[in-house]
Amino acid sequence: MFIAEENTIPASTGFSDSPENLAKHIVRIKHLNVHAGEHHILKNVDLEIPRNKITVLLGPSGCGKTTLLKCMNKLTDLYRELEVSGNIFIEKDDILNTTTNIASIRQKMGLLSQRPYPLPVSIYKNVSYGLKLKGVRDRKLIDFSVEKHLREVGLWEEVKNRLNAPATSLSIGQQQRLCLARGLAVKPSIILADEPTSALDPISSKIIENLFKDLKKHYTIILVTHVLRQAIRLADHAIFMIDGEIIEQGDPEELFKNPQTEGLRAYLVDGN
Amino acid sequence: MRRRQIKILEEKFFVFLSAFMTYSLIVVLAFIILVIFVKGFNALNLDMILKTPEGGYYYGGEGGVLNAIMGSLYIAFGATLIAIFIGMPAALYINVQLIRYRRTQNTIRFFLDALWGIPSIVYGAFGFTLMLFFGMNASLLAGTITVALLISPIMVRTFDEVLSTIPKGLHEATLALGFTRTETAFKVMLKQGFSGFITAILLSFGRGIGDAASVLFTAGYTDNIPVNLDEPAATLPLAIFFQLGSPIPEVRERAFASAVILTVIILIISLGARYLSKRYSRTNLK
Repeated sequence: MFIAEENTIPASTGFSDSPENLAKHIVRIKHLNVHAGEHHILKNVDLEIPRNKITVLLGPSGCGKTTLLKCMNKLTDLYRELEVSGNIFIEKDDILNTTTNIASIRQKMGLLSQRPYPLPVSIYKNVSYGLKLKGVRDRKLIDFSVEKHLREVGLWEEVKNRLNAPATSLSIGQQQRLCLARGLAVKPSIILADEPTSALDPISSKIIENLFKDLKKHYTIILVTHVLRQAIRLADHAIFMIDGEIIEQGDPEELFKNPQTEGLRAYLVDGN
Repeated sequence: MRRRQIKILEEKFFVFLSAFMTYSLIVVLAFIILVIFVKGFNALNLDMILKTPEGGYYYGGEGGVLNAIMGSLYIAFGATLIAIFIGMPAALYINVQLIRYRRTQNTIRFFLDALWGIPSIVYGAFGFTLMLFFGMNASLLAGTITVALLISPIMVRTFDEVLSTIPKGLHEATLALGFTRTETAFKVMLKQGFSGFITAILLSFGRGIGDAASVLFTAGYTDNIPVNLDEPAATLPLAIFFQLGSPIPEVRERAFASAVILTVIILIISLGARYLSKRYSRTNLK
């Protein structure tokens, strides 16, 4: 069982543990601080991410968006210089203070990076690898799942006749969709996307954006982007950050039409 | 205008300098190989590679250097195998488990680089001391262990270089999929770095098969092909050394013929490695 009994939300965090709030918000972050030596990267971040919506993290370069994303699947563990404190609840589980296996926490969250990183194996194996890691051995089930997830990302028709070809033989846009299919195959609840279209051409970017719109029916998507227009097109919930702090968050239409802070106002003017 | 002309001249000069250095190096290498071939050509015959030295070989008698060819291959293959078993886990440890500890990584790399730079005669002397300590004689085993020690730092550092070129994003992507660090190391990093590892192995093998000083005291020398690990083994570099020191011109010619054989062995292994490297880099993330 992923949710450990001892990791229910402590009263001190101030979060509501009510079933309604849990049903509404899949990720809740409280007092999250990240330091790299003297540098305070994330400053007392508090936020709630709504379930089955696209939440866009927006802000200038170096404001801590990617660090925030990496905190959510504990990839910050790879960086010794980063000290992370606070609470990150995925469902009911505080992943920063848990004994739950880190691999199973990460499998709850598919990761899409700025540029695609397919595994150095075939297209088929890229999608099936995650399933095998989860202990699935039934060949028919794996075949079914590979086809299903490649269809889900609109790649099946393009690759069905060359499933054994190296994943690196695909175009960058196709590789990005393959990485998405690979992530979906391990049945995550959340997709963490860190500027996933920044290395893609406009057509491939559009395909990924449309995919996100479809996928949000079944997954919660947290998207980091620099592109204001992309944020406007996709966001159901927007979070604006500057210098490690959340400056504004809420309904994107409201946020972008009536910015309450000078920081967001300036960003919107420059972005447009 | 004048500034622009200077820039163009500067560019032309450095292009010329780079090209000149590159082609000079190739010419020098080609010249070395040509000299060896020319000087050893007359002595090259099938007997050289198919026969062991017969009576009076070192005075111009019949026979060949099959003993040294086999001894060198045994030692180089054995040492390379041992060095792979030492080098692979060490390089994976540095790049996967120590990924958060940059200072420790750099300290280890510093020591490995220092070990790489130690002259092979020092390894030979160390191997000799070790041999005496364990009451061993100069043998195939002692020679193999000494050469393994000599090439291990090379192997670890070259594996390490290959692994460090693997994008961190791939590492993160695999961890995000739910791989453990060990699974990442063995299922992804090894595969991604495979073509580079072949080059690393070849480099180490080349160093191992061509080194004379480390086997001088430890492997001994014999006219026979060793059939046991505790028997002495001849090696091609020592065969070249002994023959080259002969006052008889025919024997000195055979030294060059032996050098040709050594060069051809390395060439064959290089070509094989390049083929494998190309074949297995098809699936690699560029």
